[in-house]
Amino acid sequence: MPDTVALPPRSRPFDVRYMPGFTSMAWLCLIGLYAPLLIMAFFSFNESRSVTTFTDFSFRWYQIAADNAGVKDATILSLKLAALSTVFATIAATMAGLATTRTRSFKGQAFVFAVINQPLMIPEIVTAVGTLTFFGIIKQVTGIQSFGFLVLAHTVFCIPFAYMPIRARLEDMDLTFEHVAADLYASPWKAFRYVTFPMMLPGIIAGAMLAFVISLDDVIISLLVAGAGETTLPVWMIGQLRRGLTPEVNAISTVLLGVTIIFVSFFFFLTFRKRK
Amino acid sequence: MSNPAVAVEAQGVTKIFGSGEEQVRALDNVSVTIRENEFFTLLGPSGCGKTTLLRLIAGFEHPTDGHILLHGEHIAHLPPFQRPVNTVFQNYALFPHMTVADNIGFGLEMQGMPKQDVARVVDEMLTLVRMENLGRRRTSQLSGGQQQRVALARALAPKPKVLLLDEPLSALDLKLRKEMQIELKRLQNETGITFVFVTHDQEEALTMSDRVAVMNAGNILQIGAPRTIYDHPSERFVAHFIGETNFVEAELIEIDGRNGRVQLPSGAEVPASLPDVDLSPGKVTVVIRPEHVDLVPDAGVLQGTIDNVVYFGTDTHYHLHLDDGTPFVARLQNQRDSAAAFTEGDKAGITVKDNAIQVLVD
Amino acid sequence: MAIGETTATGSVPTTQMSGREATAAAERRSVRKRWLLVSPALAIIGLVGIMPLAIIAVYSFLSPGPYAGISWDPTLEAWLNVFMERDIFDETLGINYAHASIVTRSFVLAFVTMILALIVGFPTAYFIATRPDKQRYLWLFIISLPFWSNLLVRTFAMMLVLRDNGYINSSLIYLNVIEKPLEIIFTNTAVGIGLTYAYLPLMVMPLYASMEKLDFRLIEAGYDLYGNRWKVLWRIVIPLVRPGIIAGCILVFIPAIGAYVTPKLLGGGKNLMVGNLIANQFGTSRDWPLGSAISLFLMLMVMVALIIYVRNVISEADKNA
Repeated sequence: MPDTVALPPRSRPFDVRYMPGFTSMAWLCLIGLYAPLLIMAFFSFNESRSVTTFTDFSFRWYQIAADNAGVKDATILSLKLAALSTVFATIAATMAGLATTRTRSFKGQAFVFAVINQPLMIPEIVTAVGTLTFFGIIKQVTGIQSFGFLVLAHTVFCIPFAYMPIRARLEDMDLTFEHVAADLYASPWKAFRYVTFPMMLPGIIAGAMLAFVISLDDVIISLLVAGAGETTLPVWMIGQLRRGLTPEVNAISTVLLGVTIIFVSFFFFLTFRKRK
Repeated sequence: MSNPAVAVEAQGVTKIFGSGEEQVRALDNVSVTIRENEFFTLLGPSGCGKTTLLRLIAGFEHPTDGHILLHGEHIAHLPPFQRPVNTVFQNYALFPHMTVADNIGFGLEMQGMPKQDVARVVDEMLTLVRMENLGRRRTSQLSGGQQQRVALARALAPKPKVLLLDEPLSALDLKLRKEMQIELKRLQNETGITFVFVTHDQEEALTMSDRVAVMNAGNILQIGAPRTIYDHPSERFVAHFIGETNFVEAELIEIDGRNGRVQLPSGAEVPASLPDVDLSPGKVTVVIRPEHVDLVPDAGVLQGTIDNVVYFGTDTHYHLHLDDGTPFVARLQNQRDSAAAFTEGDKAGITVKDNAIQVLVD
Repeated sequence: MAIGETTATGSVPTTQMSGREATAAAERRSVRKRWLLVSPALAIIGLVGIMPLAIIAVYSFLSPGPYAGISWDPTLEAWLNVFMERDIFDETLGINYAHASIVTRSFVLAFVTMILALIVGFPTAYFIATRPDKQRYLWLFIISLPFWSNLLVRTFAMMLVLRDNGYINSSLIYLNVIEKPLEIIFTNTAVGIGLTYAYLPLMVMPLYASMEKLDFRLIEAGYDLYGNRWKVLWRIVIPLVRPGIIAGCILVFIPAIGAYVTPKLLGGGKNLMVGNLIANQFGTSRDWPLGSAISLFLMLMVMVALIIYVRNVISEADKNA
């Protein structure tokens, strides 16, 4: 008969948040998402033609891509397209953001949201063929051939992406700040200029960045809507992929990936910096 | 026509929000006169319309009906940025993208004051709120109390005719709130600006104000000095909202101006104060504050049985029920090392101090 | 009363306008300003986003033109051709097995993609939501980053992995698990993997959003009342994050069913999906009315998904509000 109480079994604290296997799945997800991209980037530095056996480190394929006139033209066109659509989409989204957030719910609000988000709800291919036929009619009737058509098509689907962070930012901003400004003798314009605008600026920049990235990424709409000679970088790439793979495509993809990472990082920094 | 001693006047102001069935009457034909250089408090529970009245004066809402006058002039048609009135907002609402000094100088800059003058006034204001040398700080680097001071300085900088304060102390902890109460009173004395203060905290209202308006459901029920409001509430709501109170049914038997006599349920006849309206003898409700009574072993003017004794340190609360069943609370000050005079189940008589019975209007 | 009358009629003319009128006027001004501000966005999207849909709706009831485009002969032929085809010789109608199989494949692949993404995304989102605050945003950032990168780049990376002499096959051969390469690329499997890879972040984000709001005291209560891990997950966590699950499923399903790039690159021409079928009608097949009809059919499927979403998630939100 022991005269002391037996030692308790070894115990670990019980973690209510833990679920078995979930942690491994999350890491698996992370690896699954990044491994293909990292391997792709890795082979862009391959000396040889192969995208599967690595021989030696080199920037050869970056040089080849940079010297390729087709790539150069496509890159310039893509950047121009993205820049223009971003400007138009961000202006429209900023105005819409101001109109839909600094007020009580209003008649027609659901309609406005539905229209602004429409490009997100329709499969891209449908938008693409629709835009193709619509522009076809306009081109036939007016005889105009213009880069503007492509810019307009991109602006449409950039608006909802630019609108998202702008609206989120405005909704986080207490309406009181405008009231304070008005209380301190600022006219509506001055209140916008000195209070609302500087406070919403991070949202506008974030929205512009998303719009830029989204325009730069687009394949389907550019593929179908672009006029003769208007080859964007993704359209050039999809043509290249049909011909067989060389590390040149890896190199271009890696650069695109890098640009996206930089822009999206900025976006995240601007959007989540203030929130704890 | 306009009285120079009047700062703000509301004449029959009604404010209705929404329309149709969702219509809410936030203010119902409210008239009030706020004197110049006074610390005036609007006190009431949330939703009573006090903030709406403040926002109407500031210009963020438009009256559905009635007039608002500032120093005898109509202002209802003016947008907020044309009214010489400033507000201290509930959560301060300091501009996060500006420094402390920029915040304080904002109103002056908007009015077009030259930069060096703005800087001078900002320094004055920083001194006034005892925040010297903190002008270059970001507002996010300030403590709650400091933010409060900046918000005050910002609203005072343009030297408004009236300063509106919308529950400015509610976000502070108890100790800071006490400090700021004194601070606010000091600022009001030093600047000589009329303060209109909104709160739901009765203690805040009583300690700081020159006059208090008690509001409920879109109406002002009573306006008066804190002591009057506390000692002579005219309506059940006012008595109930401010401090703990006993309500006792009684019979009004004699009226002589503001004084009278009532017969309590026990049959005892005692003197009572009357509200400032015409009353006729008959059934009334009287209020007796718990600290204005004493418990005695013999009859007193009311008799009851003790249900519960709660020790509070400075005093002891005795919860009784009177012989007709009415609940009654007596609050007796404790003496050092004294045991409670009564325990649960004891019968006790209640005596009332002089002039401590107030008759209500209803 | 006398005071009110004098001031209202005499001294200050600007107050002649009654409170109600002034409020109404201010309201009208703000309404005008609001519509002025939203008009550019509405105009651009209305003209270039919605108008084209009306046009293809019209086109779907017309006949194909001789080379491309349309000719103005109203007919239901295009709609009929979505699932049926006429026999070349006797003109009798039969089921168009090619189209039917493409539609079925699209539906099945989108559904499988949705389930796969849920299986991987749910634990991931839960894991992120249970991290300390600072790590959460880092995780969220890392998981969503690939989504913003070019779809073509991601699909290309997948091609490199799944190819006959890609990384999976060469690794397996190197490890002597298999002798000759598995045929993965240009199969439905490859398209399914590619779609899951492409749209997985769209599952994680809404799931995370609803899990972030999860009150872990409820989970504590579940354990306190004798629930084991599995029961707590099944009876408490999943019901509470149901709106997030539905949102995630819809967000994955919609782009997956309309996918174009992924089946084109990973399906290798023989494993088409609806998106490719539509594009072909406007390309090599030159049957614009049929392409328009299939587009509208695709939109219909997406609308059904959206309606399910709205009915489940929005009505639930209303109930909770």
